[in-house]
Amino acid sequence: MRRATLILVPYLWLLALFLVPFVIVLKISLSDTALAIPPYTPTLDFGAGWQGIRDFFSQLDLENFWFLSTDDLYWKAYLSSVKIAAIATFLTLLAGYPIAYGMANAPDHWRPTLMLLVILPFWTSFLIRVYSWMGILSGEGYLNQFLMWTGLISQPLTILNTPIAVYIGIVYTYLPFMILPIYAALERMDASLLEAAEDLGCSRFKAFWLITIPLSRNGIIAGCFLVFIPTIGEFVIPSLLGGSRTLMIGKVLWEEFFNNRDWPVASAVAVILLLILIVPIILFQRNEQKQREAEG
Amino acid sequence: MRRFTWFNATSLTLGFAFLYLPMVLLIIYSFNESKLVTVWAGFSTKWYGELLRNEAFLDAAWVTLQVAFVSSTIATVLGTMAAYVMVRAGRFAGRTLFSGMIYAPLVMPEVITGLSLLLLFIGIGLDRGVFTIILAHTTFSMCYVSVVVSSRLVSFDRSLEEAALDLGCSPMQAFRLVTLPIIAPAVISGWLLAFTLSLDDLVIASFTAGPSATTLPIKIWSSIRLGVSPEINALSTLMIAVVAVGVITASIVTKRAALRQQADQRAAERA
Repeated sequence: MRRATLILVPYLWLLALFLVPFVIVLKISLSDTALAIPPYTPTLDFGAGWQGIRDFFSQLDLENFWFLSTDDLYWKAYLSSVKIAAIATFLTLLAGYPIAYGMANAPDHWRPTLMLLVILPFWTSFLIRVYSWMGILSGEGYLNQFLMWTGLISQPLTILNTPIAVYIGIVYTYLPFMILPIYAALERMDASLLEAAEDLGCSRFKAFWLITIPLSRNGIIAGCFLVFIPTIGEFVIPSLLGGSRTLMIGKVLWEEFFNNRDWPVASAVAVILLLILIVPIILFQRNEQKQREAEG
Repeated sequence: MRRFTWFNATSLTLGFAFLYLPMVLLIIYSFNESKLVTVWAGFSTKWYGELLRNEAFLDAAWVTLQVAFVSSTIATVLGTMAAYVMVRAGRFAGRTLFSGMIYAPLVMPEVITGLSLLLLFIGIGLDRGVFTIILAHTTFSMCYVSVVVSSRLVSFDRSLEEAALDLGCSPMQAFRLVTLPIIAPAVISGWLLAFTLSLDDLVIASFTAGPSATTLPIKIWSSIRLGVSPEINALSTLMIAVVAVGVITASIVTKRAALRQQADQRAAERA
């Protein structure tokens, strides 16, 4: 009895507020837009009995998905989200690996402080961290002021409202997600392996390439997924830093819903976004499970 | 003993400069006299004064704190229950679905979570406001709590609980007197995580808030979409300060506790 309560309370909560909402999104993605409240049709009418339910199902169709596939805005948005996420993940890895490596090889008494320094931005408001780059990258921003002062450029560079600003924003905000798993993998590594390799005639660089990188592989994979998956659906960064020219699907969904008030199309966009994400999510889960088994 | 090599020292310096420079600039320019944010015109604290007189911001901050407090508390209870189920309940019908629903919200794009909850609230005719934001925040943060707590429960020595049961505790008493004090650090960090996530959330709150309730991130969002403003810099500085003090205090407290435990252990070994 007690066990049943323990299971049922969180179970029912998640069913009602996580799973059922998805079924609703799926259903509305198959509906049509209507000038009504709520702004879609059909709505399920239980009062009409079986006939009502049959009418309801017969009115559902794939029209919104058909619309998405014919309007190239959506294709481009999906593709460019995946592309931006992939490039940004790679850049984050390039920036994050040396930091994780430096932390793992720092003197022992330094490590708690370094760890704290990585975690601190994590607890700071995401919105504010993205916002802080607006003042840096804008036309009369700090970066341009600095570059003009050094004489490197004579005209301000346009960085804000371009994809470059989006990459900077993603690398900046997601860097801790990349550093922490790589650091965890590097910290576990046995330093005597490197000594052995060097004794056996490996150059330091070769030892790094042949030993350190493969041994930190799980950390790299976990870090890349932790950056890639949430970046695809990112909304705040492209909206604040990317300007109107940067196309990302999270932003399209938001605008479809709040500006165009087209709920069925917004739902169809969400369904496809979810389908795109399922593959990386499953791969990520498998990688985590493999790692747990390897440790346990 | 490891030492800093020049390569490691450089990469750490550059890395942390990248992580902290934007925030340092934000803080410095929050004390700027000029309304033109990027042009320095002398030291002033006037934007802090303006901020404290801005009632819309204060109201939004109050709503945000209430939402964060209530949602993180409920999420901690539900998340701890869910962690117990995951680690202890063994097999039951729908276990795979259960663990899927625990992990999925962690990687779900916020726009989807927000949209789906909004459609649910409208579908069942629930008026949007503070209550619906609390429901939404509780749902995603309970998953984070459950992940944090279950990682602690996995390494928990069950024989302690069994001993308590053998000595005549009811299961509830055993939980309250033995299990809870041991997993308390994980439960507290779960609560803190849930609290921060709720304070921070813009996207899900925007979908579920409706016109009657505005949280601080929504207010910040509507003001920064038009560009950088000195008032927002002041607000950001205050928020960064609160987080920094909180995180540093927490790390000192845990370090002290660890040192005290070591000292106790040594004393016990000597005795």
